[in-house]
Amino acid sequence: MAKITLDNLAHSYLPSPKGEDDFALKELNHDWADGEAYALLGASGCGKSTLLNIISGLLHPSQGRILFDDVDVTHASTADRNIAQVFQFPVVYDTMTVRDNLAFPLKNRGARPQYIADRVQQIAQMIGMEAELGKRARGLTADAKQKISLGRGMVREDVNALLFDEPLTVIDPHMKWELRTQLKSLHHEFGHTMIYVTHDQTEALTFADKVVVMYDGRVVQIGTPQELFERPEHTFVGYFIGSPGMNVIPAAIDGQMANIHGATVALPQAYDALDGKVEIGVRPEFVTLTEGEGLPVKVRRVEDVGRHKIVRADLFGSEINIVAGEDTSISPDMTRVTFDPAHVNVYVNDWRRAGKAA
Amino acid sequence: MEKTVNQKAWFLVLPVLVLVAFSAVIPLMTVVNYSVQDTFGNNQFFWAGLEWFKEMLRDDRMWDALGRQLMFSGIILLIQIPLGVFIALNMPKSGFWVSFCLVVMSLPLLIPWNVVGTIWQIFGRVDIGLLGHTLAAIGVDYNYTSDPFAAWVTIIVMDVWHWTSLVALLAYAGLKSIPDAYYQAAKIDQASRWAVFRYIELPKMMGVLMIAILLRFMDSFMIYTEPFVVTGGGPGSTTTMLSIDLVKMALGQFDLGPAAAFSIMYFLTILLISWVFYTVMTNLEKREG
Repeated sequence: MAKITLDNLAHSYLPSPKGEDDFALKELNHDWADGEAYALLGASGCGKSTLLNIISGLLHPSQGRILFDDVDVTHASTADRNIAQVFQFPVVYDTMTVRDNLAFPLKNRGARPQYIADRVQQIAQMIGMEAELGKRARGLTADAKQKISLGRGMVREDVNALLFDEPLTVIDPHMKWELRTQLKSLHHEFGHTMIYVTHDQTEALTFADKVVVMYDGRVVQIGTPQELFERPEHTFVGYFIGSPGMNVIPAAIDGQMANIHGATVALPQAYDALDGKVEIGVRPEFVTLTEGEGLPVKVRRVEDVGRHKIVRADLFGSEINIVAGEDTSISPDMTRVTFDPAHVNVYVNDWRRAGKAA
Repeated sequence: MEKTVNQKAWFLVLPVLVLVAFSAVIPLMTVVNYSVQDTFGNNQFFWAGLEWFKEMLRDDRMWDALGRQLMFSGIILLIQIPLGVFIALNMPKSGFWVSFCLVVMSLPLLIPWNVVGTIWQIFGRVDIGLLGHTLAAIGVDYNYTSDPFAAWVTIIVMDVWHWTSLVALLAYAGLKSIPDAYYQAAKIDQASRWAVFRYIELPKMMGVLMIAILLRFMDSFMIYTEPFVVTGGGPGSTTTMLSIDLVKMALGQFDLGPAAAFSIMYFLTILLISWVFYTVMTNLEKREG
């Protein structure tokens, strides 16, 4: 277990990168605290797997350093870093039995046979495969194979970090939930530093203490699920996290008021004059459909998703989403919306801008 | 459910029937025809039953040729399969040198068989051949026309030169299909180079290797042109493989009956060995699973 420090880290797959666009992973400084569970969240191709492979040593960064507990490991091999990694698609040694698969990393490191046997039994119990220990891995389902991969990742107790690269993609939904829960309890029990790459926000938010959101090769926000929800630092975070995502509305800011097509909206803080693309972001959860006051909208349709209703409406020609309570009745007279002033964020060129303290 | 009955659909099978008839059934039946009849010329044939088969089975000449044939196939398989795998493992995985290697490796496969024979026939000659002359110059007693051992070495080296590429290319294709994640996982698990080969590469190559072994076995078991051009089956009959013997019998001596019986047994032997091979290997694969 170790603290992992990324120091000016960046990576390009091109031999001689010119501009910033050539970098798959843009310059990054970050400490991964010892024993914390992180989720690395982002759309496909945003650089999350690149970052993970750099940490595990499968990829050498174009620039910058990686430190484990303040020791530089930038040029250390994967084996020396003592990392466990689980991949997106199940990697099992087909010709070995499940038992040998689980024991393989320990055997290669010369562990005592008694210890190996005990540890394999323990892991098998954890992944629920005790009955299959003697079977060959080849004939097993993708589910089972991925469980073996997970087990092989967890079999070593002394790893510096456990890295997961979208490990539950091939797993059935009910099993997904179960495995995620197990990973979490495992984290509580052993306190490994864990980094979990995913593009599924539910997975990220339920698994991690801290979620690292990446967009276009850049880390745009690191925070607890609640911070990501309440104060997205980048419009991408607002849009990517939440279902539906945050409403982003072009606006002009004047002091503590936002002006949208002539209508005004109150802001939690006051702002000086802002340059660039100015927008306000408000989550559908903080938008209320009313009959009397607020901005004029035209309701397009109402989706009942069970716990609540999602209202899709039209605000000055662009779409706005509203989350209404399950018991709220939506009447045709409701043609206005109001925003909860405490939860309106202001964005300049997609980045959140804090105002002057009110 | 009501089914439409339309016997005309049989006509759709006709092209295949005709094709198979002309390409396989009719030629084979001609041979079968010869194998059960005898003739004193004049195009007059009479029934001989299984006489030719019995005679051939009692004939040492065929058994000797079969022994040599099995030895030849066995030796070249033992060399070509490991060598091909070894080459494939050491081929570059990406970049310019991949295409270079592939082209160079394919070259021997593209050369017509009797040209291969001619190349080696000249290459090995003590008077003008580069190989033969060089060997003679450094004092090696090498003469494939008089020394059976030299003749065997020559045709085996020739076959290895000609066909190892095929095994290597197939093995390479098998290797290329292994996702990177396997190698990465192996690195993380701290697997040794040998373990990577034994537990990742070999199992993933098994399928193509099976095909390679089968192809190389069948081909080498039927080899004719190259040894015929190089040694003509000699010295004596020490490199006379089954097909060379067969041609001598059928065309040289014009013993159509025994040669036909020989052909059929030859064909059945290849069929049998290939079938055994295939069954054993698929069963192995199943048992592994």
